Amino acid sequence: MNLHEYQGKQLFAEFGLPVSKHEVIFNADEAIQACNKIGGTKWVVKAQVHAGGRGKAGGVKLIESPEEARDFADQWLGKRLKTYQTDENGQLVSAILIESCTDIDKELYLSAVIDRSSQSVTFIASSEGGVNIEEVASKTPEKIIYENVDPLTGPQPFQARRISSVLGLDSNQAKQFSGMFQNFVKLFNELDLSLLEVNPLVINSEGKLHCLDAKINLDSNALYRHPSLVEMQDPTQEDPRESEAAKHDLSYVSLDGNIGCMVNGAGLAMGTMDTIKYFGGAPANFLDVGGTATQERVSNAFKIILADPEVKVVLVNIFGGIVRCDLIAEGIVAAIKDVGVNVPVVVRLEGNNAELGSQILADSGVEVESLNDLESAAKKSVELAK
Amino acid sequence: MSILVNDQTRVLVQGFTGSQATLHSEQSIEYGTNIVGGVTPGKGGTTHLNKPVFNSVADAVKAEEPNAALIFVPAPFCKDSILEAADSGIELIICITEGVPTLDMLIVKKKIDELGLRLIGPNCPGIITPNEAKLGIMPGSIHKKGKVGIISRSGTLTYEAVKQTTDLGFGQSSCVGIGGDPIPGSSFIDMLELFNDDEETEAIVMVGEIGGSAEEDAADYIKDNVSKPVISYIAGQTAPAGKRMGHAGAIIAGGKGTAADKISKLQESGVHIAESLLHIGETVKKVIG
Repeated sequence: MNLHEYQGKQLFAEFGLPVSKHEVIFNADEAIQACNKIGGTKWVVKAQVHAGGRGKAGGVKLIESPEEARDFADQWLGKRLKTYQTDENGQLVSAILIESCTDIDKELYLSAVIDRSSQSVTFIASSEGGVNIEEVASKTPEKIIYENVDPLTGPQPFQARRISSVLGLDSNQAKQFSGMFQNFVKLFNELDLSLLEVNPLVINSEGKLHCLDAKINLDSNALYRHPSLVEMQDPTQEDPRESEAAKHDLSYVSLDGNIGCMVNGAGLAMGTMDTIKYFGGAPANFLDVGGTATQERVSNAFKIILADPEVKVVLVNIFGGIVRCDLIAEGIVAAIKDVGVNVPVVVRLEGNNAELGSQILADSGVEVESLNDLESAAKKSVELAK
Repeated sequence: MSILVNDQTRVLVQGFTGSQATLHSEQSIEYGTNIVGGVTPGKGGTTHLNKPVFNSVADAVKAEEPNAALIFVPAPFCKDSILEAADSGIELIICITEGVPTLDMLIVKKKIDELGLRLIGPNCPGIITPNEAKLGIMPGSIHKKGKVGIISRSGTLTYEAVKQTTDLGFGQSSCVGIGGDPIPGSSFIDMLELFNDDEETEAIVMVGEIGGSAEEDAADYIKDNVSKPVISYIAGQTAPAGKRMGHAGAIIAGGKGTAADKISKLQESGVHIAESLLHIGETVKKVIG
């Protein structure tokens, strides 16, 4: 799960990390009051979407009067911001962050991720900030440091000193960073982050380190520990079908093709998409209906798949392991009757009681093409989708 | 021969009296697995499925001397259960549960490595050695004793690979699901090493998927260390970047971890690639048939 910048900054502040004085508004009428509350004569207004590249797309602006903030909010709230990281429709701007303007001496880069190779939380820091870090990594790798935090012993001061040295900090800044490093790790561990990025981390005109950005991704598996973070979820930033699927505990990703897929198991779901492509078709989605494909789950899955107007055929691919295929077949029949499926359905049942399952489908009276090997089922689906 | 588990393995089930554990333990016992008991705190002294129940792993170890633990407890309690098994020195720990927080796994993995123990999973189907022992949730009936070792990050894809190698008559020496999480207890490399040393295994099937670099790391390892033929299928060739495909670990991040990259790296190491999910068995046949 991703957070907005304003939510990230709120958490930064709670963990003692330096961020600008800021207000968030959801309505253009609140802009002037927000600027006055922050004070000063210069502000930065930032459109809040779950995507990077906002500055170049016009979603970030330096302003010198509260009226300009109101105009900016008027211009963007409820509109879609298209950046190089979004799709062609862009992302809905659901809020505007207004913050006091920071005079910048130098831009740096800092992030932390769960690194699979070192199996630890790894900090990545660079003296080159405000730019694409992948580019820095490929062109000037000597300007980047990777520092692994040992999961058992935690962050050590010598590691902060090593990072400070690559960032080119003076002794006062290094001292400030040492404290910040501990707080970043604390934030990462206590809130179960999967990614934290500050790009740019800046040195301001007073020579102090300051977080101008705050990007946070959370580990979805750990959300049960953080009910207050769950409330920060912004459904407007998600694909509506994907959020609907998530409500029913189904794992769904929408794709561009026209063959709807319903599969048990994430790996097999990907394998089924690949098989459709192999025979010249295009999958409309990834959908893992789960190990226990009950009637309710199958019904919900059909509803979500069919909400996509592009879908011309649905391929159901079930490898009945512990679950019996006859029970799944009954679920499919009931779900088709319940949902009122109006496109052809191809079903492949394999494994436990597969023959009985196919018999149930054949006797049910619902229009289902039942095939017991994946090759024929995938080929049939591709043919029907043409 | 086989790897990790056989008919001598003494299995302790943690979370024994829960519904999932009960269902799968029943099937494992029916398959012939030597389950010596289970742990459910507070239910010590009772019996379940005709096996003794203990309050703690330590109690169970004293009474039954298990050498493998099979964990079915809910995700929030997995860290505790794995570390409890590790604390009692159980050398093989298998965690089936899906949804364990990644930061929990960082700590668990480090501790397991420190103690020199072996963890399989979490978020995995478990391990089976056909006709000997089934420690997991896979359907026993599709397996056949034989000569192909199977390693996979996915449950149902493992079953596809199993079925195809069974249908063609090769059968399996052992099958291990290492799980779909970003920080798995054991890697492809750990299992490749075991299968390479196992006399009964003639070929190894490695089923990978998008995300991370486990397949690339395995490719490097295979080039220098594995003398047996390796056949691989990589799922997610049609997966879009930046989206988590069900498994927590199955995501193409920052352009890294694509199926195409993994396949070309594996090919460079002499691995035989199954061109689609349907070709796993046929590819095995081409190589050792």
